[in-house]
Amino acid sequence: MNTATTSPALALDIRDASLELGDGDARVRALDSVWLQVEPGEFVAIVGPSGSGKSSLLAVAGALTHADSGTVRVHGTELGALSGNAAARFRRDTIGFVFQSGNLIPALTAADQLRLVGRLAGNRAVDPAPLLKAVGMSARADHRPGQLSGGERQRVGIARALVNAPTLLLGDEPTAALDRARSHEVVRVLAEQAHESNVAVVMVTHDHDVLEHCDRVLEMVDGRLSPAA
Amino acid sequence: MTGVQSLSAPASVRLEIGVMMFLALRELRFARGRFTLMGVVIALIAVLVVLLSGLSSGLVNDGVSGLKSMPATAFAFDEGTITDNAFSRSLVDGEQLATWQEAEGVEQAEPMGVSIVNGTTDSDQQIDMTLFGIEPGGFLEPELSSGSPVGADLGGIVVSETAKSEGLDIGTVITLDRIGLELTVVGFTEGQSTFGHVDVAYLPIDTWRLIASNTAQPGAPTAAEIAALDYDYSSVVALRTPASTDLGAIDDAAGTMTMTRTESFNASPGYEAETLTLTMIQVFLYAICALVVGAFFTVWTIQRTGEIAILRAVGASRGYLLRDSIAQAAILLVGFTAVGVAAGVGFGAIMPDAMPFDLEAGPIAVASILTVVLGLIGAVLAVVRISRIDPLTALGGQR
Repeated sequence: MNTATTSPALALDIRDASLELGDGDARVRALDSVWLQVEPGEFVAIVGPSGSGKSSLLAVAGALTHADSGTVRVHGTELGALSGNAAARFRRDTIGFVFQSGNLIPALTAADQLRLVGRLAGNRAVDPAPLLKAVGMSARADHRPGQLSGGERQRVGIARALVNAPTLLLGDEPTAALDRARSHEVVRVLAEQAHESNVAVVMVTHDHDVLEHCDRVLEMVDGRLSPAA
Repeated sequence: MTGVQSLSAPASVRLEIGVMMFLALRELRFARGRFTLMGVVIALIAVLVVLLSGLSSGLVNDGVSGLKSMPATAFAFDEGTITDNAFSRSLVDGEQLATWQEAEGVEQAEPMGVSIVNGTTDSDQQIDMTLFGIEPGGFLEPELSSGSPVGADLGGIVVSETAKSEGLDIGTVITLDRIGLELTVVGFTEGQSTFGHVDVAYLPIDTWRLIASNTAQPGAPTAAEIAALDYDYSSVVALRTPASTDLGAIDDAAGTMTMTRTESFNASPGYEAETLTLTMIQVFLYAICALVVGAFFTVWTIQRTGEIAILRAVGASRGYLLRDSIAQAAILLVGFTAVGVAAGVGFGAIMPDAMPFDLEAGPIAVASILTVVLGLIGAVLAVVRISRIDPLTALGGQR
């Protein structure tokens, strides 16, 4: 049993978390006694083969699902105690998600993507311009996802993730659909947000080219997390 | 200021509506092709609903407007008369009438004769009429739009205003087929007065008895013929009673069976069959509306599964997503039902006169509300699946 103390100063504090998925013979151990502590302003990358448990780690860290055992805290809040709409509210107010390909809402312009997320948090007066400017998308504010390139969609996705000033940003293969140059561009933006806005960033990726922008790189294999070789 | 604040919606409600409409309206604009297609189907259903409502009201008015406009609260038929066509089948005698007239709790009881006849006007036009024999000066006398009331002349008839379209005018003489009795139009009712889809002609009950007793001679009825008449029957006893009166007890004493005025509509020829048929068609139409809208929103929700998972992941509650989808359905249903109703009313205005078609605000409003409500029920059942979408799927499932 681990006796380490919990620090609210940690942006993300995962202790001995395990998670099993599937039923019967198809049951697999997605997370196996995972420990992870991330400081505010730290940019952590997690690499590993497909099916190794990277996205499960994000799901647990992002209050999308609960670990079967262990504890997961974000700024001191135990996520295992949150359920349903309480978890949704916590995600809305504290955690930003950057998905593969941006995963934007097709009906909304770049500016409206940000406005919607702001309104969900009760902020009707959200001004998308500064965030879009920060990710270099000011000129494309009135364009819908279908009118944007993959890199542009991903930049809008980053801006959307930052609307409610999250303290933890989770990136799920944000460069999966991008070419090399655009991948660097996007990860550089994430690194800037981490270092300039003191946001903790955890990014899972297959892309080893972009790891130079990260502060720490961990490797996940068969649900176990370890420092990358 | 406080008064104004108390009348306005709470800030949280305004915010929720603002957020809800924010996405719903933008999606309606973005996918306008798909929503317009669905909307056109809703509008067409609304057109059909309005046309059926107009046809239904028209048939009801054509069948029983003569009864609807009467101040009677109930009618006493001879005991054992079957409901279908009961006005023509029933025959009550003077004794039964007297029992009702003398009964306690009965404000008014008057004889009423009903028979459908064929006739020919003095300009050789063949017409059908329903004769309503009534007491001159009695409570069944119709409101007049022109001419003289029933009773001034034994052969005088007050005819439904709608008969003017058949060329009838004051002074027109109608000769009844086979018996040759001549009746003269002396007035017109205020508004439509029809029974069994033919115009009503009000005439003195004594003249009706002369016709019903098969003793009428060709030509205009005379006082001598009436005086010689030994026939005290009528079709029914028209009643005006307070709701507290025990009609059953008087029925037992008089050997009659009473129907309220509304119940008596079913005693009009073909009324029940017509209204049931139209009601069944309307019920099917509402069911089709609910199914079509439900099917559309099922497909639409399945298409949006990925998007909904993202919204859940970024913090949208299940309630918000359900309300957003239902608001979208409501906008679609209300908007296109309004378009359909307007088009239906427009079509109604150009319906041929021969078609029994009446647009009445009440039935149209009820039909429109039912279309929207049942469509919404279909949509709600379809979008409930939103609550089962796992935000975890936004991560792409690479675990």
